[in-house]
Amino acid sequence: MTRTTTADLGADAPDAETEATRRDFLLIATGAFAAVGTAAAVWPFIHQMNPDASALALSSIEVDISSIEEGQAITVMWQGKPVSIRYRSAAEMEEARATPVDDLADPLARNDNLDATAPANDENRSVPGREQWLIMLKVCTHLGCIPLDEAGEFGGWFCPCHGSHYDTAGRIRIGPAPENMAIPPFEFLDETLVRIG
Amino acid sequence: MQHDYFPRYEPKTAVGRWFDDRLPLTRLMYDSFVAYPVPRNLNYFYTFGGILSIMLVVQIVTGVVLAMHYVPHEDFAFDSIEHIMRNVNYGWLLRYIHSNGASMFFLAVYIHIFRGLYFGSYKAPREILWILGVVIFLLMMATAFMGYVLPWGQMSFWGATVITNLFSAIPLVGESVVTWLWGGFAVGQPTLNRFYSLHYLLPFMIAGVVALHVWALHVTGQTNPTGIEVKSKQDVVPFTPHATIKDAFAMTLFLILFAWFVFYLPNYLGHADNYQKADPLVTPAHIVPEWYLLPFYAILRAVPSKLFGVVLMFGSIAVLFILPWLDTSRVRSANYRPLYRQFFWIFVVVCIGLGYLGAKPAEGGYVVAARILTIYYFAHFFLILPLLGLFENPRPRPASIADSVLGPADQPSGAPAAAGGVAAPETRG
Ligand code: HEM
Ligand code: FES
Repeated sequence: MTRTTTADLGADAPDAETEATRRDFLLIATGAFAAVGTAAAVWPFIHQMNPDASALALSSIEVDISSIEEGQAITVMWQGKPVSIRYRSAAEMEEARATPVDDLADPLARNDNLDATAPANDENRSVPGREQWLIMLKVCTHLGCIPLDEAGEFGGWFCPCHGSHYDTAGRIRIGPAPENMAIPPFEFLDETLVRIG
Repeated sequence: MQHDYFPRYEPKTAVGRWFDDRLPLTRLMYDSFVAYPVPRNLNYFYTFGGILSIMLVVQIVTGVVLAMHYVPHEDFAFDSIEHIMRNVNYGWLLRYIHSNGASMFFLAVYIHIFRGLYFGSYKAPREILWILGVVIFLLMMATAFMGYVLPWGQMSFWGATVITNLFSAIPLVGESVVTWLWGGFAVGQPTLNRFYSLHYLLPFMIAGVVALHVWALHVTGQTNPTGIEVKSKQDVVPFTPHATIKDAFAMTLFLILFAWFVFYLPNYLGHADNYQKADPLVTPAHIVPEWYLLPFYAILRAVPSKLFGVVLMFGSIAVLFILPWLDTSRVRSANYRPLYRQFFWIFVVVCIGLGYLGAKPAEGGYVVAARILTIYYFAHFFLILPLLGLFENPRPRPASIADSVLGPADQPSGAPAAAGGVAAPETRG
């Protein structure tokens, strides 16, 4: 419509050019406002689906680990997900340490307590001074199943859903899972109390 | 389709005329389902559209009454299902109709889709009709998936976890998309509640797309086993009584099968694990989706990469959208395509094989077999169909539908019409 106006008027009235341009401007401005307005109106409908304030409030837990013996593990719930707290045996750690980082499918530590680029050597799967503790989201990085403890070809975890094998440091070795299992942010409050989140 | 073969709606009473002048609804129904011409040679594979419509109604009616008793809460959902099964009057019946109805719905839709593949129903001028069908199929899968989550058993919970996690494969925004879908950091109460809302909504969206699908159908008309377009009145019969009775008969047989499942094998198609309440700490040893999603699940698991597996799984359905342009042959019906006919049956076996593998654990020989069948699945669409159209020598087709049914000699109006009337998509070999 605007185009016809320009052509029609442009032929006989020179100042109609300006008129048409102003009209174009109004049209574009209206269109832009309508687009922004629509986007602003749609946003609440989309954002309502994100975690609400009550879900965000449950962001940290404290766990007493005094009863866990070497070679044992407990599982606690954090943000609706299981977290495995494992007191690793010397043999488990040795095995994990003997694996060169080059042999790993995912070379990154995936440890929220470290830099995102930290390599996935065994030390980086834990925090300094507490290397025997592996505190890890026990959630398969493929599609979210809970892997079985002390299972699979590497004696770590095995996810039965689609066959992912993790080693004793929770690092992916074979299978469709793309990443090592995640280490959540945590802190030792004292010898027996750890805060996750 | 040309529509003057049979007399159209004529209001017979004054009230009918008064109404027709104001809202020609009766006219629309009469012209669409009574006087509407259908090819005289339709076989029973053409009755599944009607069966599907009935199944949609069955699901909506049983679903709405189940919703009167169901509680969409992580603490009560599982118990409310048992409440429906034990306490609600006829609750067991309504639930078994609804849960087995979903399976029957998919059985019918698969027959309907393979009918289309065999008789070339997706070819010009029916591309939009076909694409709307694929949209319905996608909506059905979404609806069934979310419905299966509602009983909040172990399979519900872990199926929901695995399927929503598929979206985490999206580069960069994957994790945020999954959190958004869940409304939390894992599948939980917000997830269940929204799935319930959407499970209620989607069937009505399906009903809307079905209306478009039938509209598109009534513009182009049905195909038929010869794949030749309707050319004259000899080729067609009026929808009522012919198609109506045939559809009703097929529907009756189908409902007998349905009733057999509901009354004798109500849990045969389900998983025992789903009678165990959802436990976020324990994944069942063997997660499998409902049978109707197994082939796609097999494709997902066949690929060793997460992103690529998800892409291929969605791709295996998306390819149906472009199928009308992948098949280069202008002969519609496989009855006249000796090679395609064989490849069609191989394809059917491959799909069933993928379904079988989807139910098996993802290890050893099963994975290898799933990989081979996945490659074949895509080769069928991207290699075999485009090439067949170029190299295949189709068999001669009858001059008209009437010819194919009655034999050329019986055709009253004789040769001239037949000679001139070769339908456009049929002209090239
Ligand atoms: C396209 C149509 C539909 C399909 C394919 C479908 C599919 C399903 C499936 C597979 C289940 C799980 C059954 C089980 O294991 O118990 C289910 C449950 C349920 N559906 Fe539907 N559904 C459809 C329409 C509807 C509609 C329109 C409603 C109405 C609100 C509804 C309400 C429910 C309810 C309340 C449940 C939970 C009760 C139960 O699990 O039996 N559904 N649906
Ligand atoms: S979810 Fe663990 S392998 Fe798929």
